[in-house]
Amino acid sequence: MSDADSPHDPGVPNDEIPDDEFEPVDVFPESELDLRSGADDCYKCSTCDTNCPVAEVDDEFPGPKFQGPEQWRLKRKDDADIDPSIMDCSNCMRCDDACPSDVPLSQMHNEARAEYVEEGMSKLSVEYWRNRILANYRKGAWLGSKFPRLTNTLANNGPLRKLGEKLFGLTAEREFPAFATQTFREWWAERGGAQVQSEDKRVAYFHGCYANYNTPEVAKAMVRTFEHFGYEIVVPEQGCSGTPMFANGMLDDARRDAETNISSFSELIDEGYDVICSCTSCSMALRQEYPELFTIEGTADVAAHTYEALEYLRIHEDLRGALGDAEIDGDGEDLAYHAPCHARNQGLDRQAVELFRDLDGVGVEDVGDSCSGISGTYGWKAEKYEKSMAIGEEMFEEMEEAEGQTGMTECPTCAMQMEHGSGYEIRHPLEVLEAALVEG
Amino acid sequence: MAIEQEVLVIGGGLAGITAAVSAARAGADVRLVSYKQPTLRHASGLIDVLGYTPDGEGPLVDPFAALSDLPEGHPYERVGEDAVRSGLALFDDFADDTYEGNHTERNALVPTQGGRVKPTARYPASAAAGLASDERDALLVGFERLVEFDAPLSADRLNAAGAPFRARGATVEFPVELSADPKVTRFAHLLDRDEGGEESQDGSIRRALAQRVATHLDGETRVGFPAVLGDDHPEAVRADLESHLGVDVFEVPMGPPSLPGLRLEERLYDALDREGVRIETGNPVVGYEAGADGDWVAAVTVDRNGATVPYAAEQFVLATGGLVGKGIDSDRAGVEEPIFDCHVAHPPDRYDWFDDDAFGDHRFARFGVDPDRELRPRGARGAVEFDNLRAAGAVLGNYDFAAEKSGSGVSLATGTLAGRLAGETT
Repeated sequence: MSDADSPHDPGVPNDEIPDDEFEPVDVFPESELDLRSGADDCYKCSTCDTNCPVAEVDDEFPGPKFQGPEQWRLKRKDDADIDPSIMDCSNCMRCDDACPSDVPLSQMHNEARAEYVEEGMSKLSVEYWRNRILANYRKGAWLGSKFPRLTNTLANNGPLRKLGEKLFGLTAEREFPAFATQTFREWWAERGGAQVQSEDKRVAYFHGCYANYNTPEVAKAMVRTFEHFGYEIVVPEQGCSGTPMFANGMLDDARRDAETNISSFSELIDEGYDVICSCTSCSMALRQEYPELFTIEGTADVAAHTYEALEYLRIHEDLRGALGDAEIDGDGEDLAYHAPCHARNQGLDRQAVELFRDLDGVGVEDVGDSCSGISGTYGWKAEKYEKSMAIGEEMFEEMEEAEGQTGMTECPTCAMQMEHGSGYEIRHPLEVLEAALVEG
Repeated sequence: MAIEQEVLVIGGGLAGITAAVSAARAGADVRLVSYKQPTLRHASGLIDVLGYTPDGEGPLVDPFAALSDLPEGHPYERVGEDAVRSGLALFDDFADDTYEGNHTERNALVPTQGGRVKPTARYPASAAAGLASDERDALLVGFERLVEFDAPLSADRLNAAGAPFRARGATVEFPVELSADPKVTRFAHLLDRDEGGEESQDGSIRRALAQRVATHLDGETRVGFPAVLGDDHPEAVRADLESHLGVDVFEVPMGPPSLPGLRLEERLYDALDREGVRIETGNPVVGYEAGADGDWVAAVTVDRNGATVPYAAEQFVLATGGLVGKGIDSDRAGVEEPIFDCHVAHPPDRYDWFDDDAFGDHRFARFGVDPDRELRPRGARGAVEFDNLRAAGAVLGNYDFAAEKSGSGVSLATGTLAGRLAGETT
């Protein structure tokens, strides 16, 4: 129990405290989110700092311990401004997993970043608008996907990309991900929605933005695999999970989409549906960031009913047995698997390796526990590009050494980075699962 | 229920890893679940068995000779000397030539960062040239920006303690421009990569560091550095420094985050992978489901961000650590083992939990579960709580690992026995 939870100094029994005694819990004015227990729980072991991928390549970055508990204390005492270095945090959230004392580091970072953007960043600056547009990727993708061929051509026009870097701070080094000619939702509508009906096996699919606009094959793999196991699927109205918004300190934008998502999915949960994500950052947002940052009704319910796709099947189906009996036509190729940082806090970082080792015809080689370095929108910013590639270097080297020439990961932006750094084609575990169980 | 295995080990530290490997070697299908990254990276990397008796006598020359005098209930008394030896043998197998000390039963005396010596049974090979029993004079070298290690102070303390050699300390600037407060891993990785240093040294950081240290040498034939000499390639870093300096080089174990702890952790997790143990980190075990008669555990429940998922097994090993690792928890009302609510004996008045003297004999240091000789936790009246639950490591009570210097040894001995018994019972 932390001091914040206890009414009095824990060293003194209740009956020994006079009524007019000062109460430590009242020192700070009440706010919606009291993070004091987080700051108090930090015993400054610095394990988070040695896990931080940004600090690893940038000696000047003060690290998660400063960004979280230390900055919080400074602020409470002198109302110090949030240090601009908070914008160098990539929101990979590895510090959460590293902390032996349960300090909600990423929550503290998200709060600090939002405050910095609100109070320290000019709303007229190019950086603010660049970040705002990156954070609201979904809006641009919606428009782009209306004219996918045209958008794809324009987005990867060399001179235009250079101009984008100069005027807007978007790196010209990366190729924009292609928009699919048919979005997942268009495909879903065209096939007439769910093909399987069930009273007791029901899931609501949170496909997120990327699987809808850019990689509908991942979303289709989810649908076919879950239907193979007899699940009735619904694809409700939904917004962005909020991941890029948290990472850019745009909490108001994130709250707007979270309200849509929570209202849409909590209704379904009441009808017996569980929520399935195919992107580990989306599931992370629904499960951890929503409850940490918002007090919208139904948040806890959605968090407790949200799962990553493979995780859900592992819990509810004999996936190990099914894969043990299956075979895949992969010529025994090894897939170079990278576990996204956001999969870690959900305990999913070893799941794909464990699962597919029972599958004949394909091998999985873990390319190490480093961060890919792109962290969503982070690696798209011109001033962060070099840092992003330096962080990814370890993964690139491991991929280079891996036997196969195909990569695998759950996270769409990790996949971009893997492809960018290695030239490999990258698959999603759901696609492998579909190939093994549905097509086979 | 789909997440099933024969043996489920809860906890990813030294005791949990040892239990998982022992169970796997006994032929069982094993899963290890741990909430957070293991706390091995907080540990010095030294593997102690027993440095002092519970009465504070020591440092002990021969830890094995003292085992038979331990009080009833001490984890070593519970499992017996054979288990202690099996645990060490398993560790020697894991560590191979990265550790030393298995040539003798006697404790080695290893200087630590504060200039104290710690009696220990095994030590990283990188610490071997630093032993306090070695009579060669030693130069200790600290780095300006690594405030955790004050080499002159450390040397003074060693001299004051009567070490059989002369120790001197020197502080040098690390030969790469660094921020005011670099992480320990920064030093280690710069030395690993060994590039981007001064041009006069062909960019080699190891060579440039050796040159700076050489000017401080005054006849010493061994040089000690804080334990940051490499993460991925510690042998190569040390070998290069030794050849450039022409002396033996050793590491002085440091506090958290500790490179020797990190290296050991990596090695042990590789061993788990080799044994086919399934590993899952990131979610806490929060409770259990009892079997039909209530005297066995059918499954433990894992909290996945609010969703509770059962993990079923035939045998369970509880290796969640002590008060620091949160395998034992306390509030003002009492002390508990939070997953199975195993009995943890403690005085009802919390003012009796500690001693007023900071370095006095604290009862809380010995809080933990009380096992039978097969390591099954027992209730207040001495009856086994669950037939298929065993406990290992710091979650056990009746010993003060910090005062006795017995933390690693107890984890190894009890982990090996608990894992083997669990594996054989499936």
